[in-house]
Amino acid sequence: MKTGTSLGVEKVRLAVPDFKPSTADPDNAALLKTFNDTLWNDLDVSGVVELVSKSFYPLQAPGQPTEVNFIAWNAPPPNAAMLAFGNLGVSSGRLTVQAWLFDVKNIQSPQILGKQYADASSDASARVMAHKFADEIIFRLGGGIAGIAESQLYFVSDRSGHKEIWAMDYDGSNQRQITHLGSIALSPRISPDGSRLALSALMKTGWEIVMYSLDLNRAVSFPHMGGTNLSPAWSGDGTKLAFSSSRGGSPETQIYVSDASGAGPHRITTDRGPDVSPVWNRKTNGQIAFVSGRGGLPQIYTMEADGTNEQKMTDQGYAVSPNWSPNGQFLAFAWIRKYGPGEPGSSDIYLMDIASKQWVQLTHDGGKNDFPSWSPDGRHLVFQSNRSGNLELWSMLADGSKVQQLTFTGRNTQPNWSWK
Amino acid sequence: MKQQRMKWLFLVVTLGTLLALGGCKKKVAPPPPPPPPPPPAPTASIAVSPASIQAGQSASLTWQTSNATDVSIDGIGAVQANGSQSVSPSDSTTYHLTAKGAGGTQEATARLTVTQPPPPPPPPPPPQISDEDLFNQNIKDVYFDYDKSDIRADQRASIQADITFLTEHANISFTIEGHCDERGSTEYNLALGDQRASAVKNELTTAGINAGRIKTISYGKEKPFCTESNEACWQQNRRGHFVYQK
Repeated sequence: MKTGTSLGVEKVRLAVPDFKPSTADPDNAALLKTFNDTLWNDLDVSGVVELVSKSFYPLQAPGQPTEVNFIAWNAPPPNAAMLAFGNLGVSSGRLTVQAWLFDVKNIQSPQILGKQYADASSDASARVMAHKFADEIIFRLGGGIAGIAESQLYFVSDRSGHKEIWAMDYDGSNQRQITHLGSIALSPRISPDGSRLALSALMKTGWEIVMYSLDLNRAVSFPHMGGTNLSPAWSGDGTKLAFSSSRGGSPETQIYVSDASGAGPHRITTDRGPDVSPVWNRKTNGQIAFVSGRGGLPQIYTMEADGTNEQKMTDQGYAVSPNWSPNGQFLAFAWIRKYGPGEPGSSDIYLMDIASKQWVQLTHDGGKNDFPSWSPDGRHLVFQSNRSGNLELWSMLADGSKVQQLTFTGRNTQPNWSWK
Repeated sequence: MKQQRMKWLFLVVTLGTLLALGGCKKKVAPPPPPPPPPPPAPTASIAVSPASIQAGQSASLTWQTSNATDVSIDGIGAVQANGSQSVSPSDSTTYHLTAKGAGGTQEATARLTVTQPPPPPPPPPPPQISDEDLFNQNIKDVYFDYDKSDIRADQRASIQADITFLTEHANISFTIEGHCDERGSTEYNLALGDQRASAVKNELTTAGINAGRIKTISYGKEKPFCTESNEACWQQNRRGHFVYQK
């Protein structure tokens, strides 16, 4: 099954020697380390290129186009097709990076990219420059799909003493607290434009959908729905929300759809519940996947956004937390597939091709794995796992490779990847 | 030299005088024989220990006499010459001992102070059991099977007891919390907890309890009663939990 990871051109061999200092500023060394580490990691986990091991590199690394020795790079042992190189320097408190991507097999016209970045000198700006350059390379070499190095992850962490919503860069750096509700905040879902977070929080009136503005750094008004309100989900155009609610005295939660403002909520599931965890097909905005316990243990279902044409996607075990791939083709979800007495009962991340209902298991490393969320390029998934002994967030390519731990403090759950 | 001669003269005159006086004393007549000694006077002492008691308690009265033939204590009567006795007067008493003998009469007294016991503490007012205490003593939580929200047969008695109590105490409002064990997924467990709380509420309203008295809330697996990973603990966490509403 093609998961998107290997779509586009074949993986090219890319050499990325460390960037060189261009000034004599004492801050250069630390910023070079941040830049080089960030750039390498971005390219390594991208799934788009094959990085040539640094042990094969010639001793002389170029810092300028004039310093490139093509033969030393395009012949074995490096045998690189592409070379990313450049220089970094601080001067009068400004950080400047010059960066190139060369096709070293094409000596006549090698330059694919030539970029210059400048900003106030800081570790964060060095990180951002590395992300920007990595995304440029991934866009060129990855079949024209934008990179994710500047994307954000939103998640639940209890490290402040309460479950609050936190954010971080996609590689785990720059972790910061977003909400300060002091109760229990769950299920963060970032809006397609990145300006608002919908979440579910325990308020005085019960579980409410809370709308948090990242522009204003505060919750903005959202109607009190009544009953228990859980797991909001944005439509791909950002105009609608689906959520789970037992409003109106319903004995079971059902899937509702409202405007993004909360206006006009209407129930779209009618069968027995409980129904929870809706997610839109962002490609079409025409379908919603969700979890229902109507038949016993929870299973994944899909339906049209008006509630018609329900399809049961899983028919065994305990299947929850569906997340629709950006290209509309796959559902990632958490599944205790073999469930029952004597079964190990481990929860793993699975991928299902919606059209064929064929599935593939992505995690095999033990622990309880839950809440997969797709990266905007459809090549990565972030998920929660207790495989380290603690509930932490991990990322991987959508084929299950390049698994990386992103959080190390507190219990971290329910990650949600930004849309760009 | 003249002074020394004067001292010698003084000594001689003094010695002469003393000798002359001594010779005179030997000439006094012998005294008459002494009269027989008078009979010895009696002695008496009396003590009480402790010196102060509460009414109803007793004290020890102890006395000693000598040279007495007739010993008596007022209020007790004739007693042995030496003795002790337990006394338990209801009021303060002065014990007056009289010891008569050939040598006369001797008296002694001992005072025993009797205090009235403090009045017993007033009986405690009949206990005021608050509605909340009554609620907590009588209401029984309802337990569920894994991934289920229907009322188990073995929970019917608990629900019936709850209905009886809540019918008799129609002024009490309360919350039913739906809880789940740790095994399921966060969002689904919140939905399941909501369904459990609703299932318990439905039992009560069907039996005539006014729905306006009942709030429901799901805690999913967010507030477990027990945090171990075993069935006993999981069962504790799969419940509809009643909370009195102030």
